[in-house]
Amino acid sequence: MRGFLFKRIIQLIPTLFIVAVIVFFITRMLPGNPAAVMLGPQASAEDIAAYSDKLGLNDPMYQQFFDYLLNLVTLDFGNSLSYNQPIVDLIMERFPNTILLAVSALILAVIVGVPAGIIAARKQNTLIDYSVTTLSLIGVSMPIFWLGVMLVLYFSVNLGWLPATGMGSLEDGFWDFISHLILPSIALATIPTSQFARIIRSSMLETISQDYVKTARSKGLKEFMVINKHAFKNALTPLITVMGLQFSALLGGAVLTETIFSWPGMGLLIIDAIEKRDFVVVQSTVIFVAVIYVVINLIVDILYKVVNPKVNLDSNNGGGK
Amino acid sequence: MSQQLLRVKDLQVEFKSGSITNKAVNGVSFDLDANESIGIVGESGSGKSVTATSILRLIPNPPGKITGGDIYFKGNNLLEMSNNDIRKVRGNEISMIFQDPSTSLNPVFKVGNQLMESIRTHQNVSKKEAKKKAIEMLELVGIPAPEKRMNMYPHEFSGGMRQRVMIAIALSCNPELLIADEPTTALDVTVQAQILNLMKDLQARLQMSIIMITHDLGVVWETCDKMIVMYAGRVVESGEVKAIYQNPLHPYTWGLLDSQITESQESTEALSAIPGSPPDLSYEIKGCPFADRCPYAQAICYETTPELAEPYQGHAVACHFQTTEQQLERREDAYVDGSTSRS
Ligand SMILES: Nc1ncnc2c1ncn2[C@@H]1O[C@H](COP(=O)(O)OP(=O)(O)OP(=O)(O)O)[C@@H](O)[C@H]1O
Ligand SMILES: [Mg+2]
Repeated sequence: MRGFLFKRIIQLIPTLFIVAVIVFFITRMLPGNPAAVMLGPQASAEDIAAYSDKLGLNDPMYQQFFDYLLNLVTLDFGNSLSYNQPIVDLIMERFPNTILLAVSALILAVIVGVPAGIIAARKQNTLIDYSVTTLSLIGVSMPIFWLGVMLVLYFSVNLGWLPATGMGSLEDGFWDFISHLILPSIALATIPTSQFARIIRSSMLETISQDYVKTARSKGLKEFMVINKHAFKNALTPLITVMGLQFSALLGGAVLTETIFSWPGMGLLIIDAIEKRDFVVVQSTVIFVAVIYVVINLIVDILYKVVNPKVNLDSNNGGGK
Repeated sequence: MSQQLLRVKDLQVEFKSGSITNKAVNGVSFDLDANESIGIVGESGSGKSVTATSILRLIPNPPGKITGGDIYFKGNNLLEMSNNDIRKVRGNEISMIFQDPSTSLNPVFKVGNQLMESIRTHQNVSKKEAKKKAIEMLELVGIPAPEKRMNMYPHEFSGGMRQRVMIAIALSCNPELLIADEPTTALDVTVQAQILNLMKDLQARLQMSIIMITHDLGVVWETCDKMIVMYAGRVVESGEVKAIYQNPLHPYTWGLLDSQITESQESTEALSAIPGSPPDLSYEIKGCPFADRCPYAQAICYETTPELAEPYQGHAVACHFQTTEQQLERREDAYVDGSTSRS
């Protein structure tokens, strides 16, 4: 286990380096001079030139690159010019909002998707099964942007039940906080819910017919235990894989959902920073998101071991990725 | 006379897939006394497992369904019990072990957990007591260092040890009947003997009845008091093991015994050494289901289905030529016709 962790942390370094390099060059390839974008259309040519100098944009590319790497290695992320505050503060302000949305979407997806998948598998080829399969097929192929807009139109504009945009705060009361969370969570949870239902359905169909399930029944266990203990735990591995992928995607900031609902999270931050050509913010947030991905992947691999004792983390073929 | 423990009467089981109905078990009857053991033999697909799993009502439904018959256990009809009541029988009064111990234990739970689960389902004991009982059971089935083994997963056990664990689970609530569906088929030859000896030993110590399903007639000979021979979902011969070995009445049983003697090592193949293959159970069979493969079949065999009859006390056969004398006559006819001959 310790050897495994050490190895994974070492492996993290090249991954992050590659991400850092790619982000650097992609941001430089964006059209438009950041200084000009930040100063706005009224700025004079001299102002722009002076500002470019200040940003180091006139330095040769290799020098910019090495400065950038050096800052990264020394964990000096610098300040955002457009937001006028340290990047670290900016991320620490936005990231919790993203976690909040991601976690509530994930919980929603698990609460709805997993039982739906289990029931569909148990009632294979019945109306319930067909409904779950059809709904989840619609769910995975749903354009989230469209869904988000429809939710807002119906629940906020027509019915007026829920706020359309923004994030609530606990200081304004619990309901204010929750009501702002509901629509974006539903929009964000749609795809994972459908995916979880499909995955659990198919892996439960497989485990339900296994011999150990017959053994569990022959021991006189209640059907609830047979299904939810003996069959379900064996059906978990594929679920953990998609859950990990989904959760890291959610934590990276749900760009579409955050944009539709003006949710002040990482996704909105990245979009905003790209528009403003605030390179420093783009670079740092993307690298931060990359770290999150890697960490979640690591947690997923450890979870494999938890659900399946045969997985050996220290060997190369362990993990089942 | 000991008390009658189990009585299976005219059991019928069907499997449906689409418009096809497969009559997997078609009128099987047998009974079993306390402390007695019965062997069920027959080719692959003859309905041995389906018969055995029907007793605990573990036939997967759909596609399977018990469509007729009665199964009395200590006077109560298992087929008419509520789901709740049959659950109290499973693993408690009647236990079952299966062919492949590497798939019948759950790979993601510790052996101790699976054993204690069984105990705690049927006995109102604390976790600590259940653990003590579980360790005792592992000891009883001959697993060394049982306390340590409790915390291990099935994949950390050898095949024979896994089957021992299965037996420990099955016997943890002192059942009166153990159903063993080919308990040694998946094991090494040397381990097979150990497991059989263990079962025989435990039967004597714990006082229980056994239904032993097997391909291996040697196993029946060594462990069972009586046996039934199944063919195409029916019983074609039943009686004391000794009587059947000395005087097999059904041509199918002759075939089984012959093939067992000629090819004693690979028992699974031995059974299929009878030429031909069993009939398709999804069609109504006219006449004797074995007629097509029977070297001595006569016109009547293709016309009417023989009922199970008891030409000798306690020894039944489903054949138109029930007694040894009738058979000898028929044999001669067969050779005179010259149409069929046995190798
Ligand atoms: N789950 C099932 N679905 C459909 N048909 C089944 C099922 N289980 C058994 N059958 C059918 O029932 C018949 C009897 O099968 P069974 O498993 O009892 O045979 P068996 O005598 O135990 O054979 P083996 O020696 O191979 O274990 C077979 O024709 C089989 O196709
Ligand atoms: Mg079988």
